[in-house]
Amino acid sequence: MTAPATTIEVRKPGLSTTIQDGGRSGYYHLGIPPSGALDQYSLAAANALVGNGADDAVLEIVYMGPELRFTGPAVVAVTGAEIAPRVNGESRPLWESFAVAEGDVLDFDYLKAGSRAYLAVSGGFDTRVDLGSRSTYVIGSLGGVDGRPIAEGDVLPVGTGAAGRAGLVVPDGLRPAMSKDVEVRVVMGLYDHRLTDRGRATFLDTTWTLTPVADRMGFRYAGGELETVDREPPFGAGQDPSNIVDSPYPIGSIQVPGGVEPIVLHRDAVSGGGYMMVATVLSGDLDIVAQSAPRTRTRFVEVDLETALQLRAERKDRIARMYAALSD
Amino acid sequence: MSARYSWGGDEFIFVELAEEMSLQANFKAVAITNLLREERPDGILEICSANASYQVRYDPDVLEPHAFLEHLKSLEDRVGDALGVTLDCRVVEIPVLYQDPWTTETLMRFRDRHQDPEATDIEYAARINGYSSVEEFIAAHSGSPWFTSMVGFVAGLPFKYQMVPRERQIVVPKYLRPRTDTPKQTVGYGGCFSCIYSVRGAGGYQMFGITPAPIYDPRQTKPDFTEHKVFMRPGDMVKFRPIDRDEYDESQAKAEAGEYRITARDVSFDLQPFLDDPDGYNKRLLGELA
Repeated sequence: MTAPATTIEVRKPGLSTTIQDGGRSGYYHLGIPPSGALDQYSLAAANALVGNGADDAVLEIVYMGPELRFTGPAVVAVTGAEIAPRVNGESRPLWESFAVAEGDVLDFDYLKAGSRAYLAVSGGFDTRVDLGSRSTYVIGSLGGVDGRPIAEGDVLPVGTGAAGRAGLVVPDGLRPAMSKDVEVRVVMGLYDHRLTDRGRATFLDTTWTLTPVADRMGFRYAGGELETVDREPPFGAGQDPSNIVDSPYPIGSIQVPGGVEPIVLHRDAVSGGGYMMVATVLSGDLDIVAQSAPRTRTRFVEVDLETALQLRAERKDRIARMYAALSD
Repeated sequence: MSARYSWGGDEFIFVELAEEMSLQANFKAVAITNLLREERPDGILEICSANASYQVRYDPDVLEPHAFLEHLKSLEDRVGDALGVTLDCRVVEIPVLYQDPWTTETLMRFRDRHQDPEATDIEYAARINGYSSVEEFIAAHSGSPWFTSMVGFVAGLPFKYQMVPRERQIVVPKYLRPRTDTPKQTVGYGGCFSCIYSVRGAGGYQMFGITPAPIYDPRQTKPDFTEHKVFMRPGDMVKFRPIDRDEYDESQAKAEAGEYRITARDVSFDLQPFLDDPDGYNKRLLGELA
């Protein structure tokens, strides 16, 4: 006889805790964005620590943690933002797998740095799959628990099959720094020809400050106004100099409505719209954006495509080294 | 004019086919992305066709970026001016209760964000487009079909471009500042595009009315959604049909009971004959709905 599968009861949901995984692909042309963990490196690390597949479903915790009760034993790990987990009130380390027993209560200390933490459980969260992913996309009511963040009283099913091991540790050198001063690498392009040389220089020379508008859809920054080239508006674009004929929006693209307050679109992005975009954040640097808390000072640093591809390869290598460190 | 190609970071290629909106630019976007979809080389993650542009998300570790970009240019050459392209489309009828109580209540709450706080959205749109009455404006909005030129913004929301010569197109600016609320299935308008809000949420388009027809069903329990969660696709040609409150209530009750069906017919659409005689072509198209 096998023991019944472990479930996790939600006693307190936290601020906006959602089920997320590697994300869904192939539906962006219908307005359904990839979703998935905003910090994909921390997702991969959390899953690796508990013996899961890299894209398995975890809980994404924003600013404030939930309180959860386990109905059976499990191995869990928390990565990402510095928000220390506690088991029955006793502190547990981040970036390290640990065991919980039947009846244990897991909650969190207050947030010390970063924005988003990832809680993985061996076996993964086994909630509904919509369009190939368990990721919660609230606007479209997809994935997660009934397409919404977790709520008090929810019972989260845990998958079986993975055998987690307590005591695995991601080495210090393979943990991302959580800083209030960050550089985010971008490839310029899209509609950056709408900027004057001065507007372009303002974009790249300004130290932008992240505003409180920083959610799964996008991150809005304050700090300057970008000068645009004069023009006769093309038919269908709209009168404002920042308007374009509604186009698709790349994930990570930076749009600048009205020339002020650039917005980095993240993994729950609106898929298109009528504002000029002037650059795109490198896919790997979206992790840095994900961990930015409001007031984070941010510089957008231009790189060319070749550099972007080299940085992409370095990131892949870093993930490989993280896996290697956990399989010794 | 030839297209403008741009890198969107390390995973996107963005292609603007024309700076201004036209049915021809949209046809190019649809035709090129259709070709790419048929080929479906390994490493492609998303193919998004839009009004006068498109984008592709790809894995640069599988598809070498510069070679892939050259390939996209060769697809553009193959499609050419798109005048000879035939698209498999649908003609779709969407009933609309114009000036309904729900969008009216919503627009009243956001008058401080509107160009003309003294008028309703449809009164404002009628006036600035030179119509002498709202009734005349509704006749223009519902009198000719609309080509679905893009699906997106949020899940399943169609952008629709009026199939009339440019001098007869309705143009209305978006709200000065976006609303934080829009009822589900609102028929909206911004720039030269009509839209149907698939879900409730924020929005900046003017609100003219509401349809009882669901166009997004994430649980796929309704009869029009057995295969897809999203009803509208690029290329759908939509005829708005004005309805009264009684018909709205009846259709809404059917929709809630999961019995409502949208009327749709498969047709093929050729750009050149349409451009030669839009009114005659539209008349034949709409005959399919009879």
